Amino acid sequence: MPGKTHVQTTINGEKVDFLCEPRQSLLECLRDVIGLTGTKEGCNDGNCGACTINMDGRVVTSCLVLGVEAEGANIETIEGVADGSNLHPLQLAFLENAALQCGICTPGFIVSSKALLEQNPDPTEHEIRFWLANNLCRCTGYDKIVRAVQDAAKKMQEA
Amino acid sequence: MTTADYERNMILSNVDYKVLGTRPVRHDGADKVTGRAIYGADFDASGLLHGKILRSPHAHAKIVSIDTSKAEALEGVKAVATAADFPQTDDKKWVRDNILASDKVLYAGHAIAGVAAANPHVAEEALALIEVKYEVLKPVLTTQEAMADGAPILHEGLTTQELGEDSGVVSNTADHFQHVKGDVTKGFEDADVIVEREYNTAMVHQGYIEPHNGTALWNADGRLHVWCSTQGSFVVRDSLAELLDIPVSRIRVTPTEIGGGFGGKIPIYVEPVAAILSKKTGTPVKIVMSRKDTFEGSGPTPGSNIKIKLGAKSDGTITAAHAWMAMEAGGYPGSPVGAAAQCVFAAYDIENGLIDGYDVVVNKPKTAPYRAPGAPNAAFGMEQAMNELAIKLNMDPIDLRLKNVAVEGTRRIDGPTFRRIGAKEVLEAMKDHPHYQTAKAAGHGRGVSIGFWFNIGFDSACNIAVNSDGSINLTEGSTDIGGSRTSIAMHAAEVLGIPVEDVRPSVVDTDTIGFTAVTGGSRTTFATGWAAYEAAQDVKKQSIERAGSIWDVDPDSLQMEDGVISSKTDSELKMTFKELASQMSDTGGGITGRASVNPKGVGGSFAGNMVDVSVDDETGKVTIERFTCVQDVGKAIHPSYVEGQMQGGSVQGIGWALNEEYFMNDQGNMANSSLLDYRMPTSLDLPMIDTVIVEVANPGHPFGVRGVGEANIVPPTPAIANAVSDATGNIMTQLPLTPGAVLDSGK
Amino acid sequence: MQKLCNGEQKLLIEGTNLRQVIDNLDLQYTGFKDRLVEDGKIKPNISVAVDGEITPLGMIQKVDTNSEIHFLPAISGG
Repeated sequence: MPGKTHVQTTINGEKVDFLCEPRQSLLECLRDVIGLTGTKEGCNDGNCGACTINMDGRVVTSCLVLGVEAEGANIETIEGVADGSNLHPLQLAFLENAALQCGICTPGFIVSSKALLEQNPDPTEHEIRFWLANNLCRCTGYDKIVRAVQDAAKKMQEA
Repeated sequence: MTTADYERNMILSNVDYKVLGTRPVRHDGADKVTGRAIYGADFDASGLLHGKILRSPHAHAKIVSIDTSKAEALEGVKAVATAADFPQTDDKKWVRDNILASDKVLYAGHAIAGVAAANPHVAEEALALIEVKYEVLKPVLTTQEAMADGAPILHEGLTTQELGEDSGVVSNTADHFQHVKGDVTKGFEDADVIVEREYNTAMVHQGYIEPHNGTALWNADGRLHVWCSTQGSFVVRDSLAELLDIPVSRIRVTPTEIGGGFGGKIPIYVEPVAAILSKKTGTPVKIVMSRKDTFEGSGPTPGSNIKIKLGAKSDGTITAAHAWMAMEAGGYPGSPVGAAAQCVFAAYDIENGLIDGYDVVVNKPKTAPYRAPGAPNAAFGMEQAMNELAIKLNMDPIDLRLKNVAVEGTRRIDGPTFRRIGAKEVLEAMKDHPHYQTAKAAGHGRGVSIGFWFNIGFDSACNIAVNSDGSINLTEGSTDIGGSRTSIAMHAAEVLGIPVEDVRPSVVDTDTIGFTAVTGGSRTTFATGWAAYEAAQDVKKQSIERAGSIWDVDPDSLQMEDGVISSKTDSELKMTFKELASQMSDTGGGITGRASVNPKGVGGSFAGNMVDVSVDDETGKVTIERFTCVQDVGKAIHPSYVEGQMQGGSVQGIGWALNEEYFMNDQGNMANSSLLDYRMPTSLDLPMIDTVIVEVANPGHPFGVRGVGEANIVPPTPAIANAVSDATGNIMTQLPLTPGAVLDSGK
Repeated sequence: MQKLCNGEQKLLIEGTNLRQVIDNLDLQYTGFKDRLVEDGKIKPNISVAVDGEITPLGMIQKVDTNSEIHFLPAISGG
């Protein structure tokens, strides 16, 4: 059995360190080693976006990142989106616009769209659809997700 | 690609409710948007082991031997399971064999053995050490191949049931049935115009983002506890009892949150293997399918070969209709061709009809239900034939449908007459809609279609306990795939006249609630909502009785409206439900309402589509420019989630139409078993999906509810095919309408 | 099932509940009961519609003088 590597990283603003085998993906480390199960596995090969996290300001599929690559990185997962017990405007917008049905893709969509709105606070419908094209949803047909992002963008600009 | 301005949701309803029809935030919302909700793969337990499953690389082969010794010897491996570990009861062989193959593998991906280890990577390494000797056989991959003379036979013991009788002939056709109404031969003779065409559809997957999973603990007290993402905890319990030959009383199934199902999570796959591994190790074992395993080892929906013949008079009246449908059952019998037969002509009043249905085994995964199973395949044929008929008759396609539309009292070709249905109202709403009233853009094609799903009832239970602050705890057993716990809570809130925020709904396990059938078949809001309605009526009755004893008056003189109990005769006597609740302990004890229902009065649902497409001349790529779904839902309890069902089914239909298919190589291996190459629609592929909710109340349900989940996946494939046909001039007889298929269609 | 009743599309059978109807059906046309019933219950792969509505009551479902009964393949959904 391969030896484990000691990784030191920052997750949702907190210093975290963990042990992992070189072959374990960051997704696996988040879920099975650190215990943050909010990030989901849908395909394990980067094609569904359910495992989306924000790593050093970039939206990435954590199944395609190795756990050891998290060394020194600044990682945000779905667990870090809310401000304590205050939901982020995106989270509220998803709920108010019924932008989720089974909810399995929702963490990935929220992390991904949060990054979009940080970069582009007033995106067009096309820009939203383009940005979210790597997040698959099988339940909603995306209509209400796009509307939720538009709604959150509007509310965040007014704030 | 922005959406044209459109008129949203014409809700045609004539009863107003306080809670029904509003759009509250779902009760499980906070958990779902923060990542806190526990889905099956998130479940953890002390001492948990991870299980992995070895699958066949061959589509059709005899298993000569299985040697697991090297796998068992690998350090870290705690247990191995094969088919031999199941109790060998005679009548369940095919059911067991699909879980773990015994003497034969029937599809590439067929499960053969399971391994449990503390480290999932070690379990995976162990799979490679299991030695299986195969005698590889020639596979059959389509119904045409399977039905041909001299085709390789999948099951030596399978003889064709021919019109209800065992023919004694060994073949790959498990069943041939017919529905007959009137005399089609005469009907075709009377026709002025005939349309006759053959269509083929490919196998597709439900595509839920969450793979199958299950954790089993075979406890020291002999009780088996399973946690899994499922559409039916009681189905899991009953299936496990059958497979493992133990009584249901020894099994408890706790449903975790579920990441999509669409019918595919009704059958079980990994749970029995996890159970056997847990029995051997004495600790919990969790198995989660990979995406590849999900494609190759679970239950997609059939590809099919369909022939439709229609005859009509020059005024558009259909005089005869014949549907010949062969569907892929996969490795074992049981395709949804029966359901397809009940839906294919359902939208129309046809005097003479003949439906031939064939259930055919092929070397592909055993098929499982997928949202209105069988009906989309049938509609792909029938609704395109209707389009051809309209063109031949020079009639507007919606008018042709209206001319023949089924109404209350119409006798279906499979026998029963319809009760009150909304097919006509859906067609009329389509015709009046701005989408249809606006001319299509230059170069675009437009297509319409209508589809049907009959929906089901079946058992549901609900318990309601009243809290001292006037809120209620509502427990029910319908796993919540799309917000149903809130719609169910709304039923209770409506009856009691309390805010829906005062209802705490929970989806509970099989030890905690009465038997509840699957979350599927578009039954959940209808039947479990009805159970909540009845349980709330029980609470209401008891509350009135309690008020009667508090005031020392006859309960018959009291009423309860809008959360207030009052006397019909004495205006002084009034108290709110909250006030009553706060006094419960002191006036006789707590109030609990309960109900178990198995309702009749199911109402079928019709859904219609209008779609505009553009087709690239050079590449054949089809772009959906505008899409409108109109559906009769009876009563929209929570309109946002009803719209969501309509949009979701429409987009699954769009994927089915344009890109999705099991692309098999000659040896029967799926070449595209990843989400990259099994191409489901992304947000960038689509416009907004406009919806129109039509409410033709179902007289059978207290609030008029019709199931809504399924009918909306039926019309998209023919609507899109009709639109592409309109744009290109070619008829699209094969799904999917990939760019290559579109370019080839003219040849 | 038409073969069992000599090609008739519609049959007139007496009975006040489904059990009686099936018993009487079988008296007139042998073989129907075997087709429909197993262990005293309607076979699990068969649904019964009375006057256009699927009934959950099986053999004990009451029927009227003018009830229409259809035996259909049982289907659930997805």
